[in-house]
Amino acid sequence: MSALDILFTVGLWASVLRIATPLIFGTLGALLCERVGVLNLGIEGIMTFGAMAGWLTVYSGGDLWTGLLMAALAGAVFGWLHAVLTVTLGLSQHVTGLGITLFGSSVSYYIFRLAVPVQGTPPTIEAFAPLGLGAGIPGIGPILAAQTAPTWLAIAVAVLLAWLLARTPLGLALRMTGENPHAAEAQGLDPILLRYGAVIAGSALMALGGAFLTMSAFNSFFPTMVQGRGWVCIALVVFSTWRPSRALLGAVLFALFDAYQLRLQTSFGKAVPYQLFLMLPYLLSIVALVVMSRRARVPQALMQPFRKGSR
Amino acid sequence: MQFERRARPPIWLTLGAPLIAVAVALLLAGGLIALSGAPVFEAFGRIASSAFGSRLALTETLTRTTPLILTGLAAAVAFRARVWNIGAEGQFYLGAFAAVWAARGIDLPWPLLIPVLMLTGALAGVVLLVIPVILRLRSGVDEVVTTLLLNFIVLLFVSLAVEGFLRDPMAFGWPKSVPLPADARLDKLVAKSRLHTGLFIALACAVAVWALDRFSVFGLRSRAAGAAPEAAAFAGVPLGRTLVKVACLSGGLAGLAGAIEVMGVRGYLTTDLSPGFGYSGIVVAMLANLNALGVVAAALFVAAVFVGTDGMSRALEVPSYIADVTVSLSLLAMLVALFFAQWRIRR
Repeated sequence: MSALDILFTVGLWASVLRIATPLIFGTLGALLCERVGVLNLGIEGIMTFGAMAGWLTVYSGGDLWTGLLMAALAGAVFGWLHAVLTVTLGLSQHVTGLGITLFGSSVSYYIFRLAVPVQGTPPTIEAFAPLGLGAGIPGIGPILAAQTAPTWLAIAVAVLLAWLLARTPLGLALRMTGENPHAAEAQGLDPILLRYGAVIAGSALMALGGAFLTMSAFNSFFPTMVQGRGWVCIALVVFSTWRPSRALLGAVLFALFDAYQLRLQTSFGKAVPYQLFLMLPYLLSIVALVVMSRRARVPQALMQPFRKGSR
Repeated sequence: MQFERRARPPIWLTLGAPLIAVAVALLLAGGLIALSGAPVFEAFGRIASSAFGSRLALTETLTRTTPLILTGLAAAVAFRARVWNIGAEGQFYLGAFAAVWAARGIDLPWPLLIPVLMLTGALAGVVLLVIPVILRLRSGVDEVVTTLLLNFIVLLFVSLAVEGFLRDPMAFGWPKSVPLPADARLDKLVAKSRLHTGLFIALACAVAVWALDRFSVFGLRSRAAGAAPEAAAFAGVPLGRTLVKVACLSGGLAGLAGAIEVMGVRGYLTTDLSPGFGYSGIVVAMLANLNALGVVAAALFVAAVFVGTDGMSRALEVPSYIADVTVSLSLLAMLVALFFAQWRIRR
């Protein structure tokens, strides 16, 4: 199969949506946090914890939707912790986020090891099955039918968040908090509360992105499985210029690239070392950052703590 | 809850913050150890004895302290100037790679070879950090994300090297690089241990960075650039040039750490040379409150946690991830403790 033919296969496009799903969740979560002025570098750890919490819930007898709910709740708890440290105390968002990532990942591995002793093959769960939604649509039917419920959820969340931020009073309040919290306060809004809400909800979305990995893309949990997807999401937020619709687009574009390189790897893996293919997604993120950073309209109060009565 | 800035941060709280943070972290880690069903006090006893209890234990802890001092310094000098270098892990690996790669190509008499290889490693780290910092200065690209992403790229590159052009043909399929020549290995400090002379280089670096920070114009400028960039620029500090210099120092220290580790401990390059020395360096720097001499003490603590936990977890079957949990908790606790050294709750 030639490199171009691969682009027109059902298998490629079905996997694009699958690869994009955790990125959609993660990017939307990070975007929501940044829109109110909080950089959440805890994302990598929160995704890891979500992956572990969702998987463990199902492994110990819960159903899949309970697993997703537990993952989201766990993410919310981490979001609350991040908000306490960065919103209430106003600590460095960079260092706090990294601390949460280090803690989130290591405590996930620890809890996983406590619950599941070392075995030859990692234990598995019954993951989400393809829904078969939209199978009748000509052309793209098989691609849509191969997707699982969380993928549809991710797309729905993107649409909902786009509508919420652009078209509702709450969205306006959230955006205002990220641009100028003092002005928001002057309007009778509570910037602290808005920041807490957005960081908690955003972190819950990140955890759902992690949970997709262990509950739909794969059916088991193993350490380091998130593999920098969280950092890619942070880059995608810049690429999206802080807009949910473009976050969706960015995640799908990125996934297309990733799925394509995976297939090229199987076709041309003999001639070129596989590590070069694996490097491409990370290089692409850096290139996207460099290209978009010039044009980006960063939320004006990003990384600035808000303290009542001080300027 | 409202906070107000303390007029004068109490000395005991500023100096005691790391101790409070470590105590809180150990307490919380104790809770997690109890969760595993292991006896908590015995566990802590075993951590202490595995880290310090014998000659061998002590040399292992100091071996582990050496790279942590250097990556801790790398983070400390960068964070002082608010250059968020999260890429020490990548710089460490590229430094180790550069040393091994250069050793194949150059033929120097014994006393020259080691310093040249170290310099090569440091230079590799410099290049890897200067690029993201220049991207930030030129295009406003957040260096946190670029340095983090570079970590993954470098690790893949090292994997490519040890499976490809640097592969040891005698290693029977095990992916590791060709060994360094004997002349390029650092001397052992204690016979039958892994402790090497790199420890002294790390300590010397700590003193040098401390002096630079304390007595040089560069030290003052880099602190000013971090604390109040606008004010510093107004006072005539060349911001861009200062930040690039900071990047050179920080990246160089992390690259040097990699070169020293590969020359001192293993003698060849693999993809598991560093169990996260770059990331732990951030914790070391924060526990030291970004003070270069404090970095030595903080590195010793972090190394002891890792070495001690290794022994404890084997004996009591507690998952060894508890070491990373303890270290990351101490980072979070340190941030909170430092906050309360500067602020108090308004009544």
